[in-house]
Amino acid sequence: MYAVEAVDIVKTFGDVRALDGVTVRFEPGIVYGFLGPNGAGKTTLIRVLTTLIKPDSGTARVAGIDVVTDAVAVRQRIGLAGQNAAVDEYLTGQENIEMVGRLYNLSPSDARARTDEVLERIELTDAKDRQVRTYSGGMRRRLDLAASMVGRPEVLFLDEPTTGVDPGSRLNLWDLIEELVDTGTTLLLTTQYLEEADRLADRIGVIDHGRLIAEGTSDELKNQMGGDVVEIHVTDDDRGSAFAALTRVATEEPKQEGNSLTIPAPNAAHTLTEVVRELDAVSVTPRDIALRKPTLNDVFLTLTGHKAEEEKKPAPSRGRRRQS
Amino acid sequence: MTATAEKLQKRVGVRETLNHISVITKRNMLRNIRLPQLVFFATVQPVMFLLLFNFVFGGAITEGTPAAPEDYINFLIPGILVQTAVFGATQTSLGLTEDLATGIIDRFRSLPMARSAVLAGRTIADLVRNVFVNTLMLFVGFLLGWRFEQGFPSMVLGVAIVLLFGYSMSWVMATIGLTVKSPEAAQTAGFLPIFPLVFASSVFVPVETMPSWLQTFAEVQPITILTNTARSLMLPEEVAASLGLDTGTLILQSLAWTAGILLVFAPWAVRQYRRAVD
Ligand SMILES: Nc1ncnc2c1ncn2[C@@H]1O[C@H](COP(=O)(O)OP(=O)(O)OP(=O)(O)O)[C@@H](O)[C@H]1O
Ligand SMILES: [Mg+2]
Repeated sequence: MYAVEAVDIVKTFGDVRALDGVTVRFEPGIVYGFLGPNGAGKTTLIRVLTTLIKPDSGTARVAGIDVVTDAVAVRQRIGLAGQNAAVDEYLTGQENIEMVGRLYNLSPSDARARTDEVLERIELTDAKDRQVRTYSGGMRRRLDLAASMVGRPEVLFLDEPTTGVDPGSRLNLWDLIEELVDTGTTLLLTTQYLEEADRLADRIGVIDHGRLIAEGTSDELKNQMGGDVVEIHVTDDDRGSAFAALTRVATEEPKQEGNSLTIPAPNAAHTLTEVVRELDAVSVTPRDIALRKPTLNDVFLTLTGHKAEEEKKPAPSRGRRRQS
Repeated sequence: MTATAEKLQKRVGVRETLNHISVITKRNMLRNIRLPQLVFFATVQPVMFLLLFNFVFGGAITEGTPAAPEDYINFLIPGILVQTAVFGATQTSLGLTEDLATGIIDRFRSLPMARSAVLAGRTIADLVRNVFVNTLMLFVGFLLGWRFEQGFPSMVLGVAIVLLFGYSMSWVMATIGLTVKSPEAAQTAGFLPIFPLVFASSVFVPVETMPSWLQTFAEVQPITILTNTARSLMLPEEVAASLGLDTGTLILQSLAWTAGILLVFAPWAVRQYRRAVD
């Protein structure tokens, strides 16, 4: 049985095809990461899989259960932490989690015990008696994560769990999520950060314009780039001539990000030597030059023609746009 | 995992539903106590209304009231109870639209909880709030000289009928709120039907003082019926008799309005809720 099995899911909003035939399957016990830029359809896919919206066509099963015909049974087995923390500002941390526990049909005493457990785990025990409106953005996120875990879900959905969180708290959240995974929960998360997918996910689905454009482990995706790349950094003035020089070495146009230029290096060190020679011929001394493994960013550029992290937007920690 | 082998739960059971309703009710009650603006609208504002109407308008309005001048407070209190309960019902639309806006409803919908719990828990919490506010009104009224004349059970019956009506109005407000969706719009849209109903009624003045076209409307509309019902259960019997209808008929009419409003607006609110979230 698959933990998640979605077949040919289509969902449109007016003329926007938010999901344009997504098919994805994965087995229990892994972390699956959906990677995609703003508006790719990540949230829409999560909302279909967590029974919040019905797909226009296609079928989806979570823990082997159809999300449309058996929504209640699916909800008993999942946890969701949506893109914006859905916690009650005027309840304390503890009251929030206990409430969610009770709504998962835990008895009052179970709900309380389980709340203590997850708050401990999420390191909010000290703040549990404070109303949530006094929490920082990172604390709210963690509380939201606690709420999604309190019902001991088989499959946990986290929609951009670290968006809008400062870098320090992000590292903390990553640790937490990794710990969670150790306990065997199947996890589906979405992210706009390549680094995050690389670090957390066993398998990655790259999603763009409502379509799954690539899938595999982080290494598999990197191998699609055909191995190593040469990356150089140059000054503003040298950029033009460096671009021309790299074009002469590679069979394709260099990928450009600011003053950094990248080309595939099928012959590794040999390609590197060629690059140095060509640069020297036009009297360009790069500020930095490296032969390296491709990153997911390279993959994304290759697959979509645009960067994964452009037009990044800060996620508001409270309030949200309506999404249905 | 043998999910397909075990029997899948198709819907939420009755006992679970009741639990969910009580959990959501408790959550909304905590919010009612903790949000400063809600506390203000549940305490300072209604007391202010009571004092204003009693002292500022009382003298002028007393002309032509069935009760003796010094007894305006006895005339006013039953009306104020109705006004407070109906104003309090607007809380329902505010609470629901705020929940829609913060996304907490999405969390609820991803949980194996009864869908009805969101609306039931909201309206019940607002009923509890109305019980509190009306008790406060009676207490302040008592300090201002209000006395009930037909015994404690009659007075309590009157209050209960008013609160029940307020509960049915919560469903009207839920329908309005879930239709307009934003908290700001809900606030405005909610008071739109309420103001003419409350002020063109016997709440503050006897309807005989109104122009005849307005009197016709004021006499038949539910706020007047409810106010007269509460009066006929609290004022001295001879004054109550001057209201034109006997107590039994008034009670029946009040309950009929309450039931009618519930029958129309409860399903309507549920439908608007589905539309708002799906
Ligand atoms: N309720 C809605 N009504 C209209 N359009 C919608 C709605 N929800 C999503 N969309 C559109 O569908 C597309 C996919 O949106 P979605 O929220 O799934 O993207 P996303 O990958 O989660 O993006 P982000 O990284 O910004 O969260 C976008 O073009 C979005 O504007
Ligand atoms: Mg999203």
